[in-house]
Formats: sequence, structure tokens, C-alpha cells
Amino acid sequence: MIRLSALQFRAQAATAAVALAVFAVILAVSGPHLLGLYDSSGVAACQAHGDCLPLASSFVNKLGGFYTVFYFIGIGFLLLVPAAIGTFWAAPLLAREFEAGTFQLAWTQSVTRTRWLAAKLGVGALAAVATAGLFSLLLTWWSGPIDTAAPFAKRNSITFLRLGYVLFPTRGIAPLGYAAFAFALGVTAGVLIRRTVPAMAATLATFLFIQIAWAIWVRPHLILPARTFVALTAANIPNAELAVGPGGSTIIVPNLPSMTGDWILSTQNIDPAGHPFNVATVKACQGNISQACSNTLSSLHLRAVIAYQPASRFWALQWYETGIFLAAALLLAGFCLWSIRSRHLNG
Amino acid sequence: MSVVIQTSGLGKRYRRTWALRDCTLAIPEGRVVGLVGPNGAGKTTLLRLAAGLLAPTCGTISVLGQRPAAGPAQLARVGFVAQDTPVYARMSVADHLRLGAWLNPAWDDELARRRIAQLGLDPKQRAGSLSGGQRAQLALTLALAKRPELLILDEPVASLDPLARREFLRGLMESVAEHGVSVVLSSHLVADLERVCDYLVVLVASRVRVAGEVSALLASHCRLSGPRRDPGALPAGVEIVEESHTDKQSLLLVRTDQPIHDPSWTITPVSMEDLVIGYMSRARDDRTHRLQAVS
Repeated sequence: MIRLSALQFRAQAATAAVALAVFAVILAVSGPHLLGLYDSSGVAACQAHGDCLPLASSFVNKLGGFYTVFYFIGIGFLLLVPAAIGTFWAAPLLAREFEAGTFQLAWTQSVTRTRWLAAKLGVGALAAVATAGLFSLLLTWWSGPIDTAAPFAKRNSITFLRLGYVLFPTRGIAPLGYAAFAFALGVTAGVLIRRTVPAMAATLATFLFIQIAWAIWVRPHLILPARTFVALTAANIPNAELAVGPGGSTIIVPNLPSMTGDWILSTQNIDPAGHPFNVATVKACQGNISQACSNTLSSLHLRAVIAYQPASRFWALQWYETGIFLAAALLLAGFCLWSIRSRHLNG
Repeated sequence: MSVVIQTSGLGKRYRRTWALRDCTLAIPEGRVVGLVGPNGAGKTTLLRLAAGLLAPTCGTISVLGQRPAAGPAQLARVGFVAQDTPVYARMSVADHLRLGAWLNPAWDDELARRRIAQLGLDPKQRAGSLSGGQRAQLALTLALAKRPELLILDEPVASLDPLARREFLRGLMESVAEHGVSVVLSSHLVADLERVCDYLVVLVASRVRVAGEVSALLASHCRLSGPRRDPGALPAGVEIVEESHTDKQSLLLVRTDQPIHDPSWTITPVSMEDLVIGYMSRARDDRTHRLQAVS
């Protein structure tokens, strides 16, 4: 049965192999030069001295159009791979059998339908995870220098945080979990809907929704966020920025080079009694941080409370997330097995 | 007499409608059994239940003495060709034979290759580009090369042109003769069954209306025509299957276990088609009467 699943999967496997090969060649040819630029930029050593901003900026600015463009192409590609696996590989896998009636041919060979489905799921999921894994491995390696330097050069951009919405799902092992989950989701849609095109549409919509909802609502809390209190003083207020805080209040956000790479989830200003403080109530601070504003604020002994995920938690968060998506994939696969064994037997 | 399919009070419900209800029958071994009935009689449901593609809502069914699709061993003993003979459109003919070889322990590769060669099919051709007749032949080849004890075919020729239909049935009969496999074949085209079946089951609205050896059925039924008279005046042991009367004439289809000597009747033998249509219209009249009685 495994041989048959592999045979029926060869067109998809060929597509994936070609895409992987093209991707690998581009990265393998350009990667060493990128690494050379990085090594000579001094970014690797600067973190010990805290003078990364000029070095990192110079490295990022020296990157040609190709590297910048391909950096984002790679991100887009890795975001698409799991969705494409679910939509184009998994959703038609069983839906097409029901639509064309071939399940009647498959289920009347001398193989139980449990084994039939186990082989189909096993071969497909393995291919899905391997494909996503290889893409991620290649891209994580190639993008490493830019990922390391960019947060120093573009300090306030979440786009370049390893923990941010864009990089996190396209690096490390997370794509493996997504691929397995998207595959199981697509197969489940096929079992439930039994028609190819609607199953594909449902898979794509559901997967994209889950990925976005997950990034916004779940990932920040996978591990209890760390909190730090920063005293707002005459030393750091002039470099700070005004921002919109909780409840439409105005807050002052200090600029903290030591937190480069950390994923800041929320910032709040509190007075010495611990009550939230609205900077908008200080007349001198309306519009911008003037000298008068700075003087007034520093006399109030305010503190900034920052909730964040430290950059050091990258791998812990990756493992948690991958584990959860793999577990969800297993649950969906279990549902498909149960459904094929009982529900379809009954109707 | 050993049976290949035995059902008792078998029923299958889809949500709120019954596709098959209270079906009790026994299909003997070693025959080519024609299962015939109007559309919606439950033929497809019955055959899918027998192949283990569906589970019954109520009642029992056993196929070759076991629950259908009970395990790989039971699956190996039953060959199934589904309605419209589905095959994998993107796979080649040769790939289908590989599928059969991989999934069936008793696969007869020599038989499969010989049949494909006889049919003149190109092994490299994709199944999706085969004609309806060729596709049906491929599906039959897969089912035969599995070397089952029982072969179930659900309306295998319904969508074929007359020539392809004839060739399909000829191929089926050759294989039956060669391997001695029991066959259950459904159709609503009596002419097809007449050519191949030696046992007939007429199923109307889930009920078996008549079942038996074709030769015995044909011998025990006849058509009577004569001057109009009360059908109740027939001798005991003569059962009326279908009757129609004009002002002057009565035309009856009867089942009888004894010769009819009344010289006023003109007696003619029946064809299988007469027989099937007679029982099908009697079932319809029964239902009409019942509905009238209810209202």
C-alpha cells in the first residue's frame, strides 16, 4: 500500500523536488558571498562591545538588490509552502477519491481501509514535512547573516525580529509543524467535504485564518512573557518616543539597545504608586518630547513596564509551537481514520 | 446448496430515507446471478453492503460466511466492480495492474496481462483517456485477476454502447467458465442478463419478488390468453403474477407447478423479460393498492 501511495504521489513529489532544486541552487550560489560580506562587516563581534548600529547598518546597506529581494522572496515562499501543501497535496488526496468514485476500487482490494489511509497519510505527511524542512533549513542558513544584523540596523522594525510575525514562521523548525498540520487539515477537509475544489478552498481559508490568529493571539503567550521595569530618567527620556498606550492614553517608550532582538509585546508607564500614567496629562509633552517635557517627566519618577519575549526564547518558542501543530496534525489524522472506518462505512 | 450472500432483515438508511429495507435473501454459490429491479429498488445499496463499502443500519449480511470487509482475508475473496467502473484517471493501465499486484496476495499477473493484451489496451495509456468500454474492461480485469471466489458487479454495462456491452459480458462469461467464480450482477436491462445469467433475483422496493434458476422460472411460468373470465376460477396451485383484461379477453401471467389442461386458454411460454416485467408491475400494483388503502 505504501508503494501505491508513493506511486500516486509522484507528480506532487516531482513538483516539490524541482522547486527545492531551483531554490537550493540559488541559495547555494549566492550564500557564500553573503556570508563573506557578513564576516568582513564585523557584526559578528560587535555585540560584545555594544557598537553594532553603524556596523550593522553598513552591512545591510551594502547588500545589493538581489539579496534584499531574495530575502523577502524566501520569506514569502516559506509562508506559502505549508498553505500550498495543504491546498494542493492534501485536500485533493481523499476528496478526489470520493469525487471520482475510486474509493470503491481502493476499498475492495485486499487491504483494509485503515491501512489504506495510514499509508496515504504517512507517505503524504512525510513528504510534506520533508519538503517544508528542507526549504526552512536552506533559508534559515542563507538568511542567518541578515537576520542577525537587521535588528541592530533597523531597531524598531518588527519585520526583522526573529520572534516577529514575519521571520518566526519562516525559520527553524516551525515550518515542519505547519506543514504536517496543513497536510492533516487538507485531508480532513477532503474527508468532510468530499469534493476537490471546495475542500481546497476550505483548507486554504482555514489554514490562513489559523496561522494569522495564532500569531496574533496565541504565540505571544506560549510562554508567560517576561516583564522588566525601566526607570524613566533624564538620561533616557530624550531618546524615548511617544506612543499610544492602553485605553488611548499616551505613553513614553524608552529606547533600549540592550533589548535589541527581544519581542516587545506591550509597554506601560506607571507612577511611583504603581498606577498607570498618561503622558498626555503633561502639557509640555503634547506633540513631542521637548526639553520641558523631559524635565517634568524625569521629576515624576515614572517607570516603564515592558512585557516581552526575550530573543533567547526563540528555540523554546519554536519547539512549543512545532509540538502543538504536530499534535494537532495527529489529532486530525486520528479523526480521519475514525471517520473513514466508521462514518463512511455508514454513509 | 451453499450460499455466497445471505441477508436477513437487512436495512440501510441515509439520514431519513431508507435505501434498502427489510431485505432477506440467499444467493447460491456457483451461479451467475442476475439482480434485477427498477431504479431505486436498492440494488446498488445491497451490492455495496455486500462489498463492505457500507455498513447496514439494521439486519445482518454475510458474504462467503463472513461479515463483509471483515479483514484482508475476506476482502481478498470478493471482487467488486462499482457502478460506472471507476479507475484512477491519472494512472496508466500498467500502473493499475501494479496496484492490483501490490494490494492482493492472490493476484494473477499472468491473467491480468493476458486480458489486457487480448483487449488490445496499451499498458502505457492513462486510464483517463480510455473509452467507457475499455475502462469497464480494465476494472473487470482488476477484479478478476484478484482471483476472488465471488465477483460482484454493479450495473457494469449500463453506460456502455451495445457492442462494448456485448464484449464486456462475453469477457465476463469466459472468465467465469475458466475460473468457476460465483457472480452477482445487477442491471435494469433484462436483455443483458438473459444472455449471461442462470439465476435470477427480482428486487422491487427492497423486497425479493421472485428468485430462482432461470430455466426453472421459465418452465414454471406461462402466459395464458383466452375469453374474458374471472381469474378466481383457475385451479389451485396456479398463481397469477400479472393480469390484464379487455371486454372480451383476459391475459394472464401465471406461475404454476402443474400443466394447465383447460382448452379455452391459449398457452405461450414466457421470456425472461416478460417474467421480470410481470413481477415488477405486480409490485407496483401492490404498492398502489397499499397507498390507496392508507389514504
